[in-house]
Amino acid sequence: MTVHMRDWDAFVTPAADGAVHMDLAVEGITCAACMGEIERGLTQLPGVLRARVNLTSHRLAVEWDAAQTPADLIVETLDRMGYRAHPFDPAAQRAREDRTGRELMRAIGVAGFASMNIMLMSVSVWSGNVTDITDETRDLFHWVSAMIALPAVAYAIRPFLRSAIAAIRGRRMNMDVPICIGVSLAVGLSVIQTLQSQHHAYFESATMLLFFLLVGRYLDHNMRGRTRSLAENLAALKAEVAARIAPDGSVREVPLSRIEPGDRVLVTAGERIPVDGVIDQGSSEIDQSLITGETALVAAGPGTRVYAGTLNAGGVLEVRVSTASGATLLDEVNRLLEAAGQAKSRYVVLADRAAAMYSPVVHAAALLTFLGWTLAGLGWQPSLIIGISVLIITCPCALGLAIPAVQVVASGLMFRAGVLIHSGDAIERLAAADTIVFDKTGTLTLARPELLEPYAAGDADLALAGRLALSSRHPLALALARATDATHPLPGVIETTGAGVEALHEGQLVRLGSPAFCGAPEHRVADVLSRHGDASLLALRIGEGPARLIPMRQSLRPDAGPVIRDLAARGYRIEILSGDRPGAVEAAAAALGIRDWRAGMTPADKIARLDALKAEGANVLMVGDGLNDAPALAGAQVSMSPVTAVHLSQAAADAVFMGDALAPVADALKIARRARAAMMQNLWISVVYNLIAVPIAVAGFVTPLVAAAAMSGSSLIVTANALRLRMGSGKPHEPR
Amino acid sequence: MEVLLFLIPVALGLGALGLVGFLWSLKSGQYDDLEGARWRILDDDDVARPDGEASR
Repeated sequence: MTVHMRDWDAFVTPAADGAVHMDLAVEGITCAACMGEIERGLTQLPGVLRARVNLTSHRLAVEWDAAQTPADLIVETLDRMGYRAHPFDPAAQRAREDRTGRELMRAIGVAGFASMNIMLMSVSVWSGNVTDITDETRDLFHWVSAMIALPAVAYAIRPFLRSAIAAIRGRRMNMDVPICIGVSLAVGLSVIQTLQSQHHAYFESATMLLFFLLVGRYLDHNMRGRTRSLAENLAALKAEVAARIAPDGSVREVPLSRIEPGDRVLVTAGERIPVDGVIDQGSSEIDQSLITGETALVAAGPGTRVYAGTLNAGGVLEVRVSTASGATLLDEVNRLLEAAGQAKSRYVVLADRAAAMYSPVVHAAALLTFLGWTLAGLGWQPSLIIGISVLIITCPCALGLAIPAVQVVASGLMFRAGVLIHSGDAIERLAAADTIVFDKTGTLTLARPELLEPYAAGDADLALAGRLALSSRHPLALALARATDATHPLPGVIETTGAGVEALHEGQLVRLGSPAFCGAPEHRVADVLSRHGDASLLALRIGEGPARLIPMRQSLRPDAGPVIRDLAARGYRIEILSGDRPGAVEAAAAALGIRDWRAGMTPADKIARLDALKAEGANVLMVGDGLNDAPALAGAQVSMSPVTAVHLSQAAADAVFMGDALAPVADALKIARRARAAMMQNLWISVVYNLIAVPIAVAGFVTPLVAAAAMSGSSLIVTANALRLRMGSGKPHEPR
Repeated sequence: MEVLLFLIPVALGLGALGLVGFLWSLKSGQYDDLEGARWRILDDDDVARPDGEASR
């Protein structure tokens, strides 16, 4: 499909001054030089107002005057410079601006400003308290601090307050509840102390606490944002577009969001079908491996139902887009997905579990301190001050950083290993996994088929077949052409849809295609298939000679064997659940030394098997790519899918891994286990810190100076411990 | 000590200036692409060449 056929109006959004705006994901940006080259090249075009490359997210934002320059000129210019650009579907792309990130940054700025200026006052008061500060000066300093702290805290606490209120409404406990209580009490107590002209106030503790916690929150947010924007790029690179046939017969490429039921869509040979629908015209063979896991091609003609994500192997198809009828595979998958997704939401993240244990203990300790000092005859007000100071010093500053800091470092390590994590708590769930369930097709194997018997350089017949194969878009033909390194196509090739290709070569008719097309006897086909249950067959016939069968199959990922053995040696229980034929699954399982395998599984069967494993007490990591895996991916405790997976599966999985190797799966598990260890260490550091700090607070010795030193000290220790993860043993593989 | 009444507002004013500067830089999108920003400073396309020629 050429760019000229694209309906550009669907991809642009209006910008200021009558110009139009388009966001593109650009392939091939590797360094700063590319950035300058693209921006220079585009701004030289007439009418281009602004071209800006974002090197972090590999995106390009262009604004131009649509009257002067057509959009395809921009894409063509990029193409000429060697960058393939894919426009984002404006409907599918999230808001152009990252609102939450900016809100957190503003809050960090405000809290940072407040804590630094209040510290200016506080240091003066602290040093004045031991020398000769007058009461008036101290009061003035405390009042100025209050004037800064009150609005700053009211502004910067909002992200925590929202989450705390949501948690209390849902009758849950999370870390934000004690944070809000601690900060509010610290500020409230300080105002009372100031009113009473006391020697101490805790304004700097409250603002500094918020500053540290906001930094932790921002890091966490940034990690998710980075994964999300790269995932959106991948979706755009996979060109989630469809060629819609207009009523007048013209064809234009539009984003999927603009396709409506009843539209007709053109699918050329070798393309993925972008929509669910019914074939209107044309016949072909469909590769459904992404949907069912079944590797054999299925014949399709007018009236056949086709699903988004399947590959059109043979002829040109016109597909009428249908709505969900409630009885198709996709509907079943969607139903199962809804049910399965709830299993995951039941998981309580480590931080919240820690908070659930931590808050009752701390709040009880504060109450007992208050009651104890009152009974000891100190009077209710000084007792209350000591009780609140217990809360201030135990406020979960370290706890709030303990887990996000580790998650950020771990997700960075995973990113380098070629794994994109969708959520921070997936790391915890990955660490807990003890059983790994693999899908076969597309997960353990690569999506493209390869020759069963390697191509020998002197094999002239096969070389001829390779040249003939160049003229077909059929996946098996493409694979044969690649395997034989064919470069010169034969002239005058005729393709018979769903059968094969033929051409005259040196006076002889050469045919390449299905065994029937080449007249191969059935007993020989059955014989080859009985030896290689998982093979797909191509046949070659030169002149009137006997047909030669060329068995092909999807090969295992290059490092699948060592990775599986390594995982097994590390004590993981490994299983294969596949929708493919038993013969194909058995061969793969035997090659990898996996004893537990099940073939011909439907999506519901896979869920049932996962439930059985869960009932045995296993923590399952599901790795799969097909539409038929999506419910299982959502239902397993944790899941991963390769970057080649269908959109629905990628969305259901917790992590996506890149490249042809299976090693990222093993690396992710390793990193997750080390990250979990670091999280536990950090939680223990917080516990130890509290064991030291609480007695001091209960005894009534907590001055604001002690509180400030203790808080920042514990925050720095847990952050440093998280960074230690980076230095740990074994650097993960570089991606690809 | 009366000098404090004069110095505190000055200190706070300077701090507030920094805050306003930060919020402005945030609003104008200077933190959107931290990876690219460190390279853009090396790019001197915006400087007119003294000899008026296109390339070194």
